[in-house]
Amino acid sequence: MKYPKDGKFGDFGGKYIPETLVPAIEELEENYLKFKDDKNFKKELDYYLKQYAGRPTPLYYAKNLSEKCGGAKIYLKREDLLHGGAHKINNTLGQALLAKKMNKKRIIAETGAGQHGVATAMACAVLGMKSEVYMGYKDTIRQKLNVYRMNMLGAKVHPVKSGSKTLKDAINEAIRDWITNVESTYYLLGSAVGPHPYPVMVRDFQSVIGEEIKVQMKKLSNKTPDIVIACVGGGSNAIGTFYPLLDTNTEIIGVEAAGKGLKSKYHSATLSAGSKGVLHGMMTYLLQDDEGQITETHSISAGLDYPGVGPEHSYLKDTKRVKYHSATDAEVIDAFLMLTRTEGIIPALESSHAIAEAMKVAKKSKKSESIVVTLSGRGDKDVEEVQRYLSKHVKN
Amino acid sequence: MSRIKEKFAELYAKKEKALIAYIMVGYPNENATISAVRGLVKGGADIIELGFPFSDPLADGPVIQNASTVSLDNGTKINRFFSIVKKIRKETDIPLVLMTYTNILYHKGYSKFIIEAKNAGIDGFILPDMSIEESKDYIASAKNNADTIFLISPNTIKSRIEKIAESSSGFLYLVAVYGTTGVKTGIQNYTLKAIKEVKKITKGKIPVGVGFGVSTPDDVKKYIKAGADAVIVGSAFLKLIEKTPQNKLESSIARFTKSLKRQTIQT
Repeated sequence: MKYPKDGKFGDFGGKYIPETLVPAIEELEENYLKFKDDKNFKKELDYYLKQYAGRPTPLYYAKNLSEKCGGAKIYLKREDLLHGGAHKINNTLGQALLAKKMNKKRIIAETGAGQHGVATAMACAVLGMKSEVYMGYKDTIRQKLNVYRMNMLGAKVHPVKSGSKTLKDAINEAIRDWITNVESTYYLLGSAVGPHPYPVMVRDFQSVIGEEIKVQMKKLSNKTPDIVIACVGGGSNAIGTFYPLLDTNTEIIGVEAAGKGLKSKYHSATLSAGSKGVLHGMMTYLLQDDEGQITETHSISAGLDYPGVGPEHSYLKDTKRVKYHSATDAEVIDAFLMLTRTEGIIPALESSHAIAEAMKVAKKSKKSESIVVTLSGRGDKDVEEVQRYLSKHVKN
Repeated sequence: MSRIKEKFAELYAKKEKALIAYIMVGYPNENATISAVRGLVKGGADIIELGFPFSDPLADGPVIQNASTVSLDNGTKINRFFSIVKKIRKETDIPLVLMTYTNILYHKGYSKFIIEAKNAGIDGFILPDMSIEESKDYIASAKNNADTIFLISPNTIKSRIEKIAESSSGFLYLVAVYGTTGVKTGIQNYTLKAIKEVKKITKGKIPVGVGFGVSTPDDVKKYIKAGADAVIVGSAFLKLIEKTPQNKLESSIARFTKSLKRQTIQT
């Protein structure tokens, strides 16, 4: 895998960080470079990914959904079947193992929907480390179940009441903790965002998704997929899906959260509607006002409710290798219900954005074509939220 | 010579060290900012740092976070900020440093922002999330227009301190403690060690100011004794502003400033 030395993807990425964090970031980079190609490290990670997390995940042909859409064949990359119920465990196992090699005793993380927090708590439990998770207060309410899960797994959850009380503020607070406890603490970032080397490292750990898709598609149809689709918040499942396919002919589509519509103020579609700026240690596209203040975002899915995006996605947008579309809350709910009812699979609201796009694209595509959708997580955590939405918006 | 450099030269001649005060503009309102600045000048502050609020102040503790939120809610905008700076400039020649986060400058364009700030009366910038690796355009834009004050930390290694010192002008900002602004108080041994170390490495080529968690006259005294050329007090001023009624603000700030400033004058 390519490793950008200065952490730059074109203009994007880099290290915009307080000086106190510089030694920690340098130590991290040094260790990541040392272990990423280390035979024993890879063997150990591979063991946990297979025996503990449940890799490889199936590439499932969603026949009923495909027929309903009446076009291309839709395949689901079933990351929802992983231990913990989301792709997040691919990254937390990798980083927690790395932290262990670095002799870090205390792990901190941020979480939006709670999936990364849960995956961090699990990885730390199995590897015998302590974890503390920052979570926006608003998210602790709408994803209560995941707070209970983290607590039971032995993680300490800190509700964050500053700013918009969502993922962005959880990251701010995790960074503040890291600045304060820089010597003892490993910051286990959950998305492909933040200062270099996080975007690269998270991408590498998540690339197992795209690598498996390549092998599985080849077996099924002897070619690469015609189209792949994944949802984008920070963009970790998307970059993990896309990266191994960048040098193929596959058409690649990322789907952002359009919330109540791109013309409203209530969305999180950073690449579709944002502009360049600096936040959380990186240069990337951001949702900001005309003075550079970060604006509050909205999405029905807590995991996509973020005003930034991984810097590599910003680069892939500008170079036009990847197309970035968006899905509204209403389209997402439709997709959620459609997959639930046609296939008996309850998708996470985050992943439902990708399903919504796949349904649109499939209709316009030929039956001979194949679409792979990364189903990044399962939707048990979202059942209450969907129920709330339906009771508010749908009569009967 | 910049106002900041002149100030340090003047203090050096008097064998005094500098007291640098930080306040958040627009907190809790513009009148308070003007009164606080008058109090600071009257009390003998040498340099004033004016905070411009950012929505995501990740290097700041709860006091400055709250001040940022209040200021933004009060509608503090860049143009309004510059007009307050101009108003202050009509009253005093004290060096003024703008402290905010990188995105605020980047969004307008480094050059454009720095020129407008300079025209309003700003003498230098502190951006806690600007690393020297990413600073090329920023430094080029500030050259001959404003001082670029970079931060170093007690865990910064020697070769890096040298590089940061080369990129800095005005003074070098040594973060006293591991942590955000205004949280950890009390004097740490590692800070005193860091002051001596940084002074040795910079060889007097640039003044060294110590900030983060500096809140009492005793703190000021100990850091000056350890060799700091300046001390920076921020959150303590904001706390005082928060609890003082507007009609007593100027005198109350002046009194506290005087108690801090006294410690920077060697006897």
